[in-house]
Amino acid sequence: MLEPHERSEKCKEMFSLLSEYLNMELPADACREMEAHISGCAPCVEFTESLKKTVELCREYEPEELPAPLGDAAREELLGAYRKMMATRTD
Amino acid sequence: MAGDAGAFDRFVAHFRAKVFQYSWLMCGQREDAEEVAQDTLLKAFESFDQLREPERVRPWIFRIARNACLMKRRKSVFAPSRELSLDEFLPAMEREGGQVKLQIADWSGLPDQEMLRSELKGVLDKAIGELPETYKSVMLMRDVEELSTQETAHVLELSEDVVKTRLHRARLAVRQKLDSYLQSAGGVRVGTA
Repeated sequence: MLEPHERSEKCKEMFSLLSEYLNMELPADACREMEAHISGCAPCVEFTESLKKTVELCREYEPEELPAPLGDAAREELLGAYRKMMATRTD
Repeated sequence: MAGDAGAFDRFVAHFRAKVFQYSWLMCGQREDAEEVAQDTLLKAFESFDQLREPERVRPWIFRIARNACLMKRRKSVFAPSRELSLDEFLPAMEREGGQVKLQIADWSGLPDQEMLRSELKGVLDKAIGELPETYKSVMLMRDVEELSTQETAHVLELSEDVVKTRLHRARLAVRQKLDSYLQSAGGVRVGTA
């Protein structure tokens, strides 16, 4: 197993900026530098792909828990506030 | 929001579910999440005139929800804590025959439909659920609700740089859990440099 200091400094730099890269939040020059590195580094390609798929899965994620049906009293409370809001807006 | 009962019901149904799910994941209690959802919608109707940009209603609602969560917990579940080191998320590497090898699962065969499989969904549920609160709140806003970095910073009252830092660590932590699951389910692919 490699010690941390043995890892490629470039790989580590890339690793730290990967989310910003995937979010297209990196400046153009940093983006080009990263793409140049990734294109020649198989582990970085694999890692980038795995992180990209993680983000895709998170974006499709829908929590299973749903609230209980809205009770009559709670709905009336909300409807009252809504009507008051609408009355204010049309004054 | 149009002034009719249909608009009211659609607005309530949509945001009540969204706020409930966010609060449930942050507070961990169904009863608290139900109350946060109700309090958030009430507050939204009562202070709708404060919404300056109607197209930004989602971050506005989530900011109210986040504050309602804080009130519910009576302490900040979003309190700053030490950021986790990136080294904690680096996959294992080894040197073999002069090459550096990365131990990583084979993600290439992960079909989109896989998401529908309950096992992977369960792993993702657990991975997100177990994130430190500071990271979970950012990931829920950025990746699940797909708010922008700027909107997330506004909702959570953080700087954009902190949002970026925490989002990256949250993603790495979730990736690590999914990778462990995929390695146990389908073996390991070794990338070489």
